[in-house]
Amino acid sequence: MSEQMTGAQIMCEALIREGVEVMFGIPGGAIMPFYFAMWEYRDRLRHVLCRHEQGAGHAAEGYARSTGRIGVCIGTSGPGVTNLVTPIADAMMDSTPLLAICGQVGSHVLGKDAFQETDITGITMPITKHNYLVKDANELPYVFKEAIHIATTGRPGPVLIDITKDAMQKSIVPNWDIKLNLPGYKPTYQPNRKQIREALKLLLQAKKPLIIAGNGVIMSGAADELRHFAEKLRIPVITTLHGIGSFPEEHPLSIGMPGMHGWVHVNRAIQTCDVLFNIGGRFDDRVTGKASTFAPNAKVIHVDIDPSEIGKNVKVTVPIVGDARATLLALLEEMPAREELADLHSAASDWMEHIREMQDKHQGKQQYVNRADTLHMTLPPHDVYEKINQTLALRGNYRVVSDVGQHQMWAAQLLDWNAGPRTHITSGGAATMGFSVPASLGVAIAHPDETIWVICGDGGFQMTNQEMATIHQEGIKNIKVAIINNGYLGMVRQWQELFENKRYSGTPLSGPDFAKLAEAYHWKGLTVEHSDQVQAAIDEAYATDGPVLIDFRVEREVNVFPMVPQNSSIGDMITVDP
Amino acid sequence: MKKHTIVALVQDRPGVLTRVAGLIRRRGYNIESLAVGHSEQPEISRLTLVIESDHVEQVVKQLYRLIEVIKVSDVTDDPIVEREMVVLKLHAPSSVRHEIVSMSGVFEAKIVDVGASTMIVEMTGTPSKVENFIEVVRGYGIKEMMRTGRIAMVRGARGHNASEYVENANGSGVVPTLN
Repeated sequence: MSEQMTGAQIMCEALIREGVEVMFGIPGGAIMPFYFAMWEYRDRLRHVLCRHEQGAGHAAEGYARSTGRIGVCIGTSGPGVTNLVTPIADAMMDSTPLLAICGQVGSHVLGKDAFQETDITGITMPITKHNYLVKDANELPYVFKEAIHIATTGRPGPVLIDITKDAMQKSIVPNWDIKLNLPGYKPTYQPNRKQIREALKLLLQAKKPLIIAGNGVIMSGAADELRHFAEKLRIPVITTLHGIGSFPEEHPLSIGMPGMHGWVHVNRAIQTCDVLFNIGGRFDDRVTGKASTFAPNAKVIHVDIDPSEIGKNVKVTVPIVGDARATLLALLEEMPAREELADLHSAASDWMEHIREMQDKHQGKQQYVNRADTLHMTLPPHDVYEKINQTLALRGNYRVVSDVGQHQMWAAQLLDWNAGPRTHITSGGAATMGFSVPASLGVAIAHPDETIWVICGDGGFQMTNQEMATIHQEGIKNIKVAIINNGYLGMVRQWQELFENKRYSGTPLSGPDFAKLAEAYHWKGLTVEHSDQVQAAIDEAYATDGPVLIDFRVEREVNVFPMVPQNSSIGDMITVDP
Repeated sequence: MKKHTIVALVQDRPGVLTRVAGLIRRRGYNIESLAVGHSEQPEISRLTLVIESDHVEQVVKQLYRLIEVIKVSDVTDDPIVEREMVVLKLHAPSSVRHEIVSMSGVFEAKIVDVGASTMIVEMTGTPSKVENFIEVVRGYGIKEMMRTGRIAMVRGARGHNASEYVENANGSGVVPTLN
């Protein structure tokens, strides 16, 4: 290709060359040349007009997290890009491959406080994996290639490109013969074989071994390898919030979620285990509780592609820098003969029995269903989850996008996660309320033949519900929203109840009639106030050929249990006995 | 907290110094000094940082997360040559000029400017020698002082050879200067 192109045309061409098909954004003054050019490419490069840039960013995240491909969002200079800051920070915390394309004022007025000028590369430096300011159209082919390479390789993350308006308008002859020049960026995928053998040696001698599976397993596509590895060694598997989907919960070796709202038997197992093999998890404080008291008897093997995660929060005996899938394959290759595994198998079987005894004693999911204090309630939240869970298992072909708060923890706890990787999409590290509705837009566009369930609180829903208009305009029909409406910012209220003597400061929350709001957005809106109506509403959502919102008006003051108070040992859980 | 001398090779792109300094601030470490300049390769810059921290290994790992950071090492316990330069403008009426000149000779400092009542003295040496010199001349009255911050180099064959990290071919495409 040797003809002249504008910078904006080069941007479109570069995105298509990298396999991008969808972008989420909002136009504005500085980014107009890009919108002018993308009209010519509209058959190959779909643009989804969102109602708020935060929505565009989360939609791109939903697309990325449900596919593993890069999500692309667009904002204009000034307020357009500052509205992208929250989803960028969210993508950084949860290692999501995101490309943010930003219009910037013309280079001749840069730094002069021009109309809608903001130093977005300065603002986003701490919350991007990398960012660029491009003032010369000749740099665009290289920068787009490098940016997408950085966002999608190693530990994925958000990358931002800020492009001055004149660079987008200038016509040049682009040169596409590019070799990346990144001497400081060479992610380690293949693990060190000596460390692999050290890890196996430790595991083979273990009496009480555990595997923790995190987001890295999902991102590297290692779910099958994880299952083979766990089955070969017969070691119980814990899945973190972002590890949900990496290992089926119906598998006999699955024991559930750890941490602040993890199950008692899982946290107790961590506190008594002798070898802890963490693959692709980062020992977040919501998993470890007070880190100095975490897994006190364990030798820790930590596998992460990002060396800075190893030894950051928890002391590690065998560090392994590498990709989760490559590491599991190496472990499987170095696996000793079956006879040599006999001791481990016999120890692991006793250990598993012990964990299941603890599970029976503390009841796990069952404690919700049997709780005496919920019997008087007309609509306890767990009834909603029970029916959604049954329906999902029956109908299949679904993904669940949850928001942030009590309903999110209930979704992680009470649904049976057996549908595989990338079927549970949530905001974990940043815990961004308002994530779910816009994220579901990206998930639904990537998976038009599946039912995308949003589970959301009434607080988070009201932060970004404007994207219902986008969902309607795009003709998306496969989104069903369940609002777990308790009229509170429920998780904060729970802390206030438990630790602040019920001083409900700033947590009681009113909202509109959500069903009527949905109708105003051309959705179907349903209201459920009694347990008896739950299943009928879910069935009606499935029967409706279009997006549906169900307002589940649940009992207002129900807590998420079990719970580890902040900065306590995960051995000290608040539980509710059935 | 222990003081650590860290040497880093970085790609010479705009903003790289901001990225390094910002990261260290964000992670809660204090930079005592920071010196930047060209290495023997035109596209690679070299930094020497002095940081107070008990978790210097985390600082090094976090620095590696920056895309443009090529090599980082804590050289505190290595055999190194460390140098710092100071330029001092001293209160120097004619009565004390002789003293200042002879004191400068002892420290191998150079007189680089003489004014009506001031002298500018330039001195290079190990950080402790620079410190000593400053203390010795403080009595004359320091009107201005500028220290460069520490620079360090490992002795012998080991070290930080920037040319090892230059890619030999860049394709025929434009490798932008990214300015």
